[in-house]
Amino acid sequence: MSALGLASQALEIVAALAAAPLLLGWVGQCRAWLQNRTAPGLLQPYRVLHKLFNKDSVLAANASPLFRTAPYVIFGCMTLACGIVPTLSTDLPLSPAADAIALVGLFALARVFAALAAMDVGTAFGSLGARREMLVGFLAEPALLMVFFTAALISNSTSLTSIVRTLSAQEIGIQPSLALAAVALIMVALAENARVPVDNPATHLELTMVHEALILEYSGRHLALIEWAAALKLFAYACIGMALFAPWGVAHAQSPAALLTAAPVLVAKLAATGFLLALLETLSAKMRIFRVPEFLGMAFMLAVIAMLVRLLLGAGAQ
Amino acid sequence: MSAAPQLVAVLALAAAWLAIGVAGLAALHRLHFVARVLFPAGGVVALLLAAAALPALWGTPQAAVLPIGLPGLPFHFRLDGLSAFFLVVLGATAAGVSLFSAGYFRQSEGTAPGLLCLQYHVFLAAMALVVLADDAYAFMVMWETMALASFFLVISNHRIAEIRRAGYLYLLIAHIGALGILLCFGVLQANTGDYSFANMRAQHLSPFWASVAFLLALLGFGAKAGLVPLHVWLPEAHPAAPSPVSALMSGVMLKTAVYGFLRVAYDLLPVQLWWWGVLVLALGLASAVLGVVFAAVQTDMKRLLAWSSIENIGLIFAGIGLALLFAAYRMPAAAALALTAALYHVASHAFFKALLFLATGAVLHATSERSLGRLGGLLRVMPWVGWACLLGVLASAGLPPLGGFVSEWLLLQSFLFTPGLPNAFLNMLVPAVAAVIALVAALAGYTMVKFYGVIFLGQHREDKLAAAHDAGSWERLGMVWLMAGCVALGLFPVQGIELLAPVTELLVGARLPDSGSSWLLVPVAAERASYGPLIFFAGVAASFGLAYVLVRRLYHGRLRRAAPWDCGFPWQTARMQDTAEGFGQPVRQIFEPLFRMRRDLPTAFDARPRYAVEVGDHFWHWLYLPLARLVESAARVIGTLQRGRIAIYLLYSFATVIAVLIWATR
Repeated sequence: MSALGLASQALEIVAALAAAPLLLGWVGQCRAWLQNRTAPGLLQPYRVLHKLFNKDSVLAANASPLFRTAPYVIFGCMTLACGIVPTLSTDLPLSPAADAIALVGLFALARVFAALAAMDVGTAFGSLGARREMLVGFLAEPALLMVFFTAALISNSTSLTSIVRTLSAQEIGIQPSLALAAVALIMVALAENARVPVDNPATHLELTMVHEALILEYSGRHLALIEWAAALKLFAYACIGMALFAPWGVAHAQSPAALLTAAPVLVAKLAATGFLLALLETLSAKMRIFRVPEFLGMAFMLAVIAMLVRLLLGAGAQ
Repeated sequence: MSAAPQLVAVLALAAAWLAIGVAGLAALHRLHFVARVLFPAGGVVALLLAAAALPALWGTPQAAVLPIGLPGLPFHFRLDGLSAFFLVVLGATAAGVSLFSAGYFRQSEGTAPGLLCLQYHVFLAAMALVVLADDAYAFMVMWETMALASFFLVISNHRIAEIRRAGYLYLLIAHIGALGILLCFGVLQANTGDYSFANMRAQHLSPFWASVAFLLALLGFGAKAGLVPLHVWLPEAHPAAPSPVSALMSGVMLKTAVYGFLRVAYDLLPVQLWWWGVLVLALGLASAVLGVVFAAVQTDMKRLLAWSSIENIGLIFAGIGLALLFAAYRMPAAAALALTAALYHVASHAFFKALLFLATGAVLHATSERSLGRLGGLLRVMPWVGWACLLGVLASAGLPPLGGFVSEWLLLQSFLFTPGLPNAFLNMLVPAVAAVIALVAALAGYTMVKFYGVIFLGQHREDKLAAAHDAGSWERLGMVWLMAGCVALGLFPVQGIELLAPVTELLVGARLPDSGSSWLLVPVAAERASYGPLIFFAGVAASFGLAYVLVRRLYHGRLRRAAPWDCGFPWQTARMQDTAEGFGQPVRQIFEPLFRMRRDLPTAFDARPRYAVEVGDHFWHWLYLPLARLVESAARVIGTLQRGRIAIYLLYSFATVIAVLIWATR
């Protein structure tokens, strides 16, 4: 563990914390362009966070300490998740402590806390949101794990830094297993980040919402932390997608110069990912909640098929 | 005898348990003495047992012969690494449960406290001696003692017909299992007439007879462990038993079945065949999926936990099956990884499931409600139980950084890196199985959120819940002990695996590689995968703390209390919260073919519309009820012999005598 490694680790986390709301703003901007609307400024998410942090937190009369702790736990989980996924460098001191499976566990931990906090006050919306969130979760989590396993079978490691190193060393070309896994990951990412077609981040109509129902009771700084954590989660998923399917440009050498060249590449890739997300959201319509199991079941099957394809082709190649 | 210090100590401690039980019999109705002296003493004995067995993990096997039992048939006992590991799990779990029991049992359990104390401690002693037994005779005697003691504990509230029925079902399946084990030992001794395990190890059975013995062992131990399709007794017996007993049965007794299975499959049988592994893996997976899916739709909190035990046993057997597969193909390193995962799950499941059952016991005492539909909001009135249960729930959902995640992680690693099995089909199949494990783990999270959220969070669904009292200090002590176990298993997996290394070396002849650091868990090699829960935990905790401090520093900590947001509809009641049935609905819909469902839907014209759904188990209708009908019709046919008149019976005797004479003089 070198000083430079520590520095790049710290830089990565700070960059994620700073840039995550920007990514959210960028996606909103692209969506507005594609839908012929006038967009709020790119910095709108920061203004929202600032406003929420300045407001008083209004707590339901019967909320327990669990309700107040959960935003910090969720925020902590997402911060660590952004520290694990290699975005700028593969020389990360946190990497040996948590591999891809632990990353999935981290997302699960945050999700369980969010669901429990939503049930804490005991309103109809909170528990409805909790149930729907857990429903999305138990279908999306195995699919995400299978996507990681496909990549892990290729690189023979579940460590995310090793996966990025192996994949970026390969010649550019479409691997069938990775192509299938990419489709599965996009579907999972849409569901997990509460985007159209599974959920609509802009809606407050009761019957269609999942994530918004979940956090209905939160206000003030707690809501700010949760919104920031949601932005971090989107950032982490974007980085996972880039790490698995476009791993080029990440610094492998331990030098500040490599980090400096990695940063603009990251920005470009994030901008492209954000645009792709906005395009997908614009092109698809929100589906009924009962259709979500089919959607995510398909993602799961695609990911399993990706793994099987890898095993078939991998056995042939060896 | 001095050559076996740990074995003598463990036997003496088991005897101490028996003595405590007998003391309870002497103080039959003195609740205070039984609760405040005998149960804590039992807890101390449990701790000492774990401490005494611990050094035996690394030592050479110790043996002793006790001249008790029938003349000429002394009991053989032996303490090796495998026994020692299960003794440590037994002692550590039982210590927490006994401390909890000191504050739990009351006069109203239906059985006199002294008698309960006897049954409880005989149960504990029998479990310890099962693990130590070194001949079939001692094993069967202890196994049956364990079954009977637990049967009486299950029906301790025997005035309720439902509980008696549950106990009978348990006894029946336990004895089908015992029959399987008995026949298995019969095959293993290979006509030598010597039933000691040492003799069985020396026999070289043909693959056919080895397979017969293996299948009998799978039947026998599978019935006790609750493997599909012999799982039906678990969801009946666990809710019937008092909660500390459920905790022991689920946490430890199911594990003695795992022990017995490991003993026969790896130690007593000379070879392992690959299809055994596939069979065990398939049964384990079926149990895991069925268990978790059924747990998700339950509306009784203890029944939910019982189904979750079936799921966890399924995961353990899946790991054992994979280890068998690797052992059959002579891949000791891979087998060691799979077996380590299974054994780690044995330990972590013992802790968190005991903790969860104890929490349900505290809830049951405080509210006298088991149905999830009448609970809610208990975290505010029972904070100790609520927070303890939260930890158990997180461990049970397999979330980092707790114990459940470590075993799940190891299991996924062992499935993922199937290093080139010679059988191409299996090579494909085994990583795909990881997908099923992932699904089970995710569903376990769903189930646990439902379990915890409906019981402890939200508003009280009944008014009387506001008056519920928290657990007493003995109960808290017991739960804190088990919580410490969950946390320790989660944060210090390297040290935990250190304990498992002698066991895997004994069974499959290999161990996990030394990671070279005391905080990084490395299953195969550092570049392949590693997991450091301490760093992981520190990372989450640091960002948690930083966020907390910075938000306070940069902004403020102002807080206002107000009524919950009602969306403009002012008549919010507790009945508007999502229910356990509501939580089960998506699972019922997605996994519909697995259930036998009966729905009562109201029509639009019902004056008093009611919705009811009943979820049944297919196995009752596919296996048990046809079997019961078959037995009944066979009994009717045989019953025609019974005429109830003495003349006819004399005629039978006469005919028999004539037949014997003809046969003898032929």
